[in-house]
Amino acid sequence: MAIRDHATFILNGEIVTFRGRPTTTLLEWLRLERRLTGTKEGCAEGDCGACTVSVAELAGDRVRTRSINACILLVPMLEGKSVTTVEGVKGPKGELHPCQQAMVDCHGSQCGFCTPGFVMSLFTAYRQGDRTDRRGIDDQLAGNLCRCTGYGPIIEAAERMWDLRVPAWQDERNAREHELLRGIAHSGTVDLNHGNCRFRSPADLAALDDHMNAPVTIVAGATDAGLWVTKQHRVLDDIVHLDRVAELKTIEQRDGKLRIGAAVTYSHALGTIARSFPDLGELLRRLGSTQVRNAGTIGGNIANGSPIGDMPPALIALGATLVLRGHGERRTLPIESFFIDYRKQDLRPGEIVEAIEIPLLDEPEQLRCYKVSKRFDQDISAVCGCFSISVASGVVANARIAYGGMAAIPKRARAVEAALQGQPWSLPAVEAALPAYERDFQPIGDMRASASYRLKVAQNLLLRLYHETHSPLAETRLAGRGAVVG
Amino acid sequence: MASERISGGVREWIAQDSSAKHTTGEAVYTDDIPEPPGTLHVLMGLSTKAHADIIRLDLEAVRAAPGVVVVLTADDIPGVNDVSPFAGDDPMLANGLVEHDGQPLFAIAAETLEMARQAVKLAVVEYEERPAILTIEEAMAARSFLQGTDPPYTIARGDADAAIAAATHRIEGRIEIGGQEHFYLEGQVALAIPGEDDDVLVHSSTQHPSEIQHTIAKVLGVANHAVTVECRRMGGGFGGKETQGNLPAALAALVAKRTGRPAKVRYDRDDDFRITGKRHDFRIDYRVGFDEEGRVLGIAFEQAARCGLSFDLSMAIADRAMLHADNTYFLPNVRIVSYRCRTHTASNTAFRGFGGPQGMVGIERVMDQIAHALGRDPLDIRRANFYPDKETGGRATRNVTPYHMPVEDCVIGAITGELAASADYEARRAAIRQWNASSPILKRGIALTPVKFGISFTLTHLNQAGALVHVYSDGSIGLNHGGTEMGQGLVIKVAQVVAEEFQVDLARVKITATTTGKVPNTSPTAASSGSDINGMAAREAARTIKSRMAEFLAAQHQTSPEEVRFLPGAIKVGERVLPFAQAVGECYRGRVSLSSTGFYATPKISWDRPAGRGRPFFYFAYGAAVTEVAIDTLTGENRILRVDILHDAGKSLNPAIDLGQIEGGYVQGAGWLMTEELVWDRQGRLRTHAPSTYKIPACSDRAPVMNVRLWAQGENTEDTIWRSKAVGEPPLMLAISALMALSDAVAAAGRYRVYPMLDAPATPERVLMAVERVNSGAMSLDRERAGA
Repeated sequence: MAIRDHATFILNGEIVTFRGRPTTTLLEWLRLERRLTGTKEGCAEGDCGACTVSVAELAGDRVRTRSINACILLVPMLEGKSVTTVEGVKGPKGELHPCQQAMVDCHGSQCGFCTPGFVMSLFTAYRQGDRTDRRGIDDQLAGNLCRCTGYGPIIEAAERMWDLRVPAWQDERNAREHELLRGIAHSGTVDLNHGNCRFRSPADLAALDDHMNAPVTIVAGATDAGLWVTKQHRVLDDIVHLDRVAELKTIEQRDGKLRIGAAVTYSHALGTIARSFPDLGELLRRLGSTQVRNAGTIGGNIANGSPIGDMPPALIALGATLVLRGHGERRTLPIESFFIDYRKQDLRPGEIVEAIEIPLLDEPEQLRCYKVSKRFDQDISAVCGCFSISVASGVVANARIAYGGMAAIPKRARAVEAALQGQPWSLPAVEAALPAYERDFQPIGDMRASASYRLKVAQNLLLRLYHETHSPLAETRLAGRGAVVG
Repeated sequence: MASERISGGVREWIAQDSSAKHTTGEAVYTDDIPEPPGTLHVLMGLSTKAHADIIRLDLEAVRAAPGVVVVLTADDIPGVNDVSPFAGDDPMLANGLVEHDGQPLFAIAAETLEMARQAVKLAVVEYEERPAILTIEEAMAARSFLQGTDPPYTIARGDADAAIAAATHRIEGRIEIGGQEHFYLEGQVALAIPGEDDDVLVHSSTQHPSEIQHTIAKVLGVANHAVTVECRRMGGGFGGKETQGNLPAALAALVAKRTGRPAKVRYDRDDDFRITGKRHDFRIDYRVGFDEEGRVLGIAFEQAARCGLSFDLSMAIADRAMLHADNTYFLPNVRIVSYRCRTHTASNTAFRGFGGPQGMVGIERVMDQIAHALGRDPLDIRRANFYPDKETGGRATRNVTPYHMPVEDCVIGAITGELAASADYEARRAAIRQWNASSPILKRGIALTPVKFGISFTLTHLNQAGALVHVYSDGSIGLNHGGTEMGQGLVIKVAQVVAEEFQVDLARVKITATTTGKVPNTSPTAASSGSDINGMAAREAARTIKSRMAEFLAAQHQTSPEEVRFLPGAIKVGERVLPFAQAVGECYRGRVSLSSTGFYATPKISWDRPAGRGRPFFYFAYGAAVTEVAIDTLTGENRILRVDILHDAGKSLNPAIDLGQIEGGYVQGAGWLMTEELVWDRQGRLRTHAPSTYKIPACSDRAPVMNVRLWAQGENTEDTIWRSKAVGEPPLMLAISALMALSDAVAAAGRYRVYPMLDAPATPERVLMAVERVNSGAMSLDRERAGA
């Protein structure tokens, strides 16, 4: 298979080759190398969205466009893709794009520093045809922070842009971009070396296996590894990129299981997951932001072993299985055994997470996921509690309960499960199980919540679950799925 | 010829001048200015201890690192090692002693930022730790106050203690109010370009170019005239760039003069959080005596503010908190004592409202708690204590503030009445109570709170402004003034004033970057005063040019200056009508000066601080908000459901801009009181130092229903620019209604029997703690009753 020593992608309609330091972030490269300063740095950690760009790629016969945070994206990860920055949005004669015009008309900018990021989120939505309601707009814009406007005028712009006609030049650009994307597509490996730093991006599993002989840093969406570069200023010298490995990007449903490839992004999986497990869909909706879900992968969330990742507790409650791959061989293990201790996983040298297999439930509503954080959107959980409890003839037949944020690892509440097992599913029995929480968890206090709050909320989430098995969700939910208050 | 109306005059709904450029990315911020070749990137090494002696600072490896051009410590400062606004107590680089975690120790200038980042890690720093005072509680216990503030400053009128003692009802309590990080989207940044002699040009993201200029001159040991500071726009300021830009600008200038190369200082977000000051957190204790109707008879406040390690602007901020301890309420016997706590944390600084919000939260808590004690609607209690509206001015009693200033422009009664009706406050309050009775887990709450905010700098000499207007020979106009643009729409408003004055379309008026080279000795763009004072100064400059033109044109066309009129797009001279550009051309050829400065000093104000008496404010801005919220009693999660706002911007210069300020101010205030929590650990390290951990409102936090209106009858009683009112800060305090609504919802969890005593920010954790309190309180009341 052909090996290329450079990355090739498209920037605002022009093909670019990149041979620089692989850990160069897209934001850094745009601002310093290309002098495209419309894309702003607000936080360098993917939380404010001021650096949002639009990234297009081939998806079968179509082109799929997604908003991405440029601050934590490494440039060679763009191999085969097309980036539009805010400079590439207006028309050839300087005409404002509908999303820009709507922002001006609605007074959507004050200081203007976040504005290019908002424009790129709106631009992406416009190109994708993602016309939606107020709640949908909240999701589209959850990854863009504005400190001036209070968001009202921006939301108005997000609605009003649809009343403005698609400019003909935008259609022409899209067609040209599609052509260019086809032109640069290839199935070879990129092996980019710069100084002491190496970046490899294989396009299939066989090629990937060849690169897993030595210790490397695995990167899929770089929503975590990007921070090692921008926040910890760590030097990553050998990176293997999974995003182009076709076999890792599939979602399959068969034999009563959902199999999700490790490099599938949250956004890609969201629809399928929400259909199979509505509450996990709701949890995913609140995980990160649109930009983060567009880059981050479920495999990455697991493999990095974060004690506060939101997917693992849900997957533990569901009894999911991990498929691990190393040296061309596979092994499987229940996901809860994967997490050994703080940031320590059962991952052997040369091994990667290849896929996650989730058994489907007979009753999708059986899974309940509760994320508690200071802010509803784009916040890390103080406590995330996930429950899969089956009740037969009024008695708890099977209980799987797992929490994030309560221990050094995502952890099952085995004592609580035991206290419920075989008991009637009744308020007294649920209340009687609450003391078991102290046997399962000795949480810590940190900037997100105190230890006592975590424990109390963990217990109260079981009470919420109980309530929800008897009453409509509207009685317990303030926001998101099932909420009607307000 | 003359059209009926110019385009872009005052009162028009006009977008920001830069709005299109914002959307295309073409608006240039300081970090976007093309770096001249050879620009150095400067990074600082920061203290990792809150209070310590530095016993070793070994920078040899740093100096030797690739790309490092110069390493600077306090010893390398040619002038004064101080970047404070006035007190002389903010070293630019630590000199042997560190007094907060994140305090800059040394600076590196390198060829690239990445090289500087790798080099800074190589420093060897050894500390000998000293005990650190971190919290208000610790500072109060140790009597650690800013120098010269013990005994504490007190403002009083009447005899509070006697009135409280004699009252039939009494309450007391405490509220803790957290601080707030500005989180301007654009962090602190400055680019310095060295010139000849002592000269240096500094592009700085600052609300106060003059102070930057003076600070750089002080640090470099050169005259003010050698330093030019320029700022076209900021990516947000909110008070955080009133003094906090001094350090990066002075450091950039120092590196530039030292190396002869341009130098840029741009804080990484985490460094910005650690280095810069924030809104002061407060602890407010109160004792109140009141009558059956809830009228306050006597009240005593003790306000304790965490100032951090130095003065910065804390004196004026804590003063303003005292001057807003009354909000819209007459307090017949009142004493306000203010403790300025000195702590080993970053020096807290200006933030939209400048202490006013904290003072106002204190009295709103009191009103809320009185209502609970009497079992009344808090709105009734608020109204019973309002200062009388101005219509009753002739026979006004109960209209004197704790600082002896009569409130003569009060409109809060009228605003509240109109808002309560339009928001359907009473019916909704009743409906919410009914709903709560049948909702076991979610509870809703509602509150209406008023705002009265004093407009003027309490440091009287700052109430001045200068402008410079040029009319070019083609009839185009250049406008410059001391005000800075941070997104609040100041420059467009002042340009509207100038367009209106000359009766030309706004497009003729060019807005130019604020620079100390054009208008000297300016005040910060702060205290909401920007359009008030710069608008007046610019109008003055325009009027000077107009009168010169009128005099010349009158003589030229054999008429009197009184017969010269500026019509839309034209000037009528006697019976002749000349297009504006033609008239300007005639004036130019007639050797008329077409450039003028303008100056404005706010009239009527005086403030005898030691006596706590005078008129510190030219006028007051008013507004009111109704907020409805819902909470989850299992987790404390909470959200705003609906907001109704009626705000008085006087006769607005630009309603579009003003509405944006109101809505944005409210949301920012709601963030302060709800989700934005600053957490320090026991070592004094800020644990919430980036948006991943510090949560400002996101899009979905904006209420699904938000009705924001300008008060139609608004008109400033004072002679301000076109009778408008300042609007930058006052709306932030409308969000106090959200905190009070949350308190109402929490009370519902205990069937309104126990007062929640909810602190701010009302994070899910604080709300849940309050729910637990009212629950267990209500249960013990039940037990008492059963026992009795």
